[in-house]
Amino acid sequence: MSVSPAINPVEPFLRTERMPHIWCPGCGIGTTVNCFSRALVDSKLPLDKVAVVSGIGCTGRVAGYVKLDSFHTTHGRAIPFATGLKLANPSLNVVVYSGDGDLIAIGGNHFIHAARRNVDIKVICVNNFIYGMTGGQVAPTTPLGATATTSPYGCFEAPFNLPFLAESSGAVYVARWTAYHVRHIAHSMVEAFKKKGFAFIEILAPCPTLYQRRNKLGDGLETMRYYKQHSVIKNGASTRELKLDLKGEITVGKFVDIERPTLQDAMDQRYREVLKESYCGRGGA
Amino acid sequence: MDSAAVQAHDASGHDQAGRAGEFNLVSANPKSVLTGAHFMDGDHAACEGALAAGANFAAGYPITPSTEVVERFAARAPLVGATFLQMEDELASSIAILGAAWGGAKSFTVTSGPGFSLMMEHIGLAAMTETPCVFVNVQRGGPSTGLPTLPGQGDMMQARWGSHGDYEIIALSPNSPQECFDLMIEAFNLSERFRTPVMFMMDESVGHMTEKVVIPPADQIKIFPRRFTALPPNEYLPFDANGDGVPEMVKAGDGYRIHVTGLTHDERGYPALNWRSQQKLVSRLVGKIRGHADEITHCNEYLMEDAEVVLIAYGITSRVALAAVQKARQEGIRAGLLRPVVVWPFPEKRIRELASKAKAFVVVEMNLGQMVNEVERCAAGTKTVLIPHAGGNVHAPEEILQVIREVTQ
Repeated sequence: MSVSPAINPVEPFLRTERMPHIWCPGCGIGTTVNCFSRALVDSKLPLDKVAVVSGIGCTGRVAGYVKLDSFHTTHGRAIPFATGLKLANPSLNVVVYSGDGDLIAIGGNHFIHAARRNVDIKVICVNNFIYGMTGGQVAPTTPLGATATTSPYGCFEAPFNLPFLAESSGAVYVARWTAYHVRHIAHSMVEAFKKKGFAFIEILAPCPTLYQRRNKLGDGLETMRYYKQHSVIKNGASTRELKLDLKGEITVGKFVDIERPTLQDAMDQRYREVLKESYCGRGGA
Repeated sequence: MDSAAVQAHDASGHDQAGRAGEFNLVSANPKSVLTGAHFMDGDHAACEGALAAGANFAAGYPITPSTEVVERFAARAPLVGATFLQMEDELASSIAILGAAWGGAKSFTVTSGPGFSLMMEHIGLAAMTETPCVFVNVQRGGPSTGLPTLPGQGDMMQARWGSHGDYEIIALSPNSPQECFDLMIEAFNLSERFRTPVMFMMDESVGHMTEKVVIPPADQIKIFPRRFTALPPNEYLPFDANGDGVPEMVKAGDGYRIHVTGLTHDERGYPALNWRSQQKLVSRLVGKIRGHADEITHCNEYLMEDAEVVLIAYGITSRVALAAVQKARQEGIRAGLLRPVVVWPFPEKRIRELASKAKAFVVVEMNLGQMVNEVERCAAGTKTVLIPHAGGNVHAPEEILQVIREVTQ
């Protein structure tokens, strides 16, 4: 009797020869990659036309593990790389996959401008409230009072509310989930892939090694329990109301799902209006 | 100061088409080539050169004295099937062009001093990921904000090694609007040939100088096409450099599922964070430029046959130096000019040859001594004199002539 080996359904999406990955036990990033794989299956996107762009950091390593065209760029600059990639090759579905420090601190300017332009890229931000790769420094997402190596007496800066930032900058799709909400994440990713324009998904995820431990918030499993008990799904909630604290309720859900012309559509439309037959189109490469 | 009046000897010994060696060049796309005689400044000519070279993507951020390049590209792009995007800063511009290159475009960005400083990290990323692209720097006086509207040549060492880590670069230095056109094509061709970022080191004087620019018919412009692999995905290793140290490329979306990283990587493109991989990769990246220096190097020589005083100057400064050489000849002084057109890699072989014959080298540059150090290194003891200038305006021929007189006494 032969028993066929169990195949993990996400394996076809991973560069398995690169395993084991670098993420710590209990880290939430791998969970989000599982969701991403599921979303790729469910969305039926042609995988040869999906490109993943990451910056630097723990989440920035996602690009290195997915079996897709994938680009591990510089710190903070995944979004402008993705913008160039998408404009040059419009047939690609370009997904930016990076962390809160990368996208919102050093890359914050690119984030707001890409949202403003409504570049047709999907941005997945794994928010673990800390700089993981460099050893647990304070981030623009670190909640007030939380301890980090560079805020040893507790964070005294107000953090960004990422869905609010994304919406006010012009994103057409904004959702937030925690690493506990695996089905919701995958579902949101499918919706985002289908959406034309700048789509943003924030995923709160544990960093048990650096954030949870230093702040006495338990291990990865306890954090999942915490997410389960303290998350409240409020689809359509005002993004203004989505502030996060060190402890307390976490509002999750889909908050924005609107239509407006993408950068490419707006560019094409303007050129066509003004230049008429002289407009050559943008053939791409 | 009419350089055309003096017959230049192309010291590289081969024309641009010959440089490509065994590779098949293609003609430029007529749609993008503005064939004809024009009265045009260097910035605009550089833009036309990029279009003729096949550039179909540019990203930039406004900065004096370079802005006219992208202003023209913004106007021309929709008429020729190209894309322009003004980004939020130079960091974004300099990486958007890398994304575009991996999307299959031929891309470039344009800046000046402060913006060039901001772009350094992505010059390193382009070198590390072997992304063909061109960075135009219309140099102004520095450091810092310096002299936004006035010329300088203070970024020459920054062009070579401004990004961190160890790498080699290719940089060109045009001295006229005509060359802004011609050499831009060479810059793109070199970037494709060697899969490397190429620095196009203009200066404010050349950028804002208006002269006759002749743009030939498209079929007379030879383009080095991207070296796309013919291998199927299961046999292709993205960073496996065969033969000449330059790997073949693919673009995203073609089914190769490549991984590209700024981390030290192996032939598969996968991170390989150990000294052996570092040694292998960085040696190859440096070696593909150094090892082909003879193919890349490009100098013009004027009145050099019997020269005992060899002036060395590049960019706008080479035109003033030539005027001084001509005046010196009128006085019976055997002076000549060696002008590096490709400034990096440095034409060290030629300077070593000249060092055994020349009495002295006189280096004229619009900084307080950058390329002179390279000349001195190759001069092997032959007297080397710098005529420095902090920038803001070009040297006067008389001050150069005075030094020529002194070194021959």
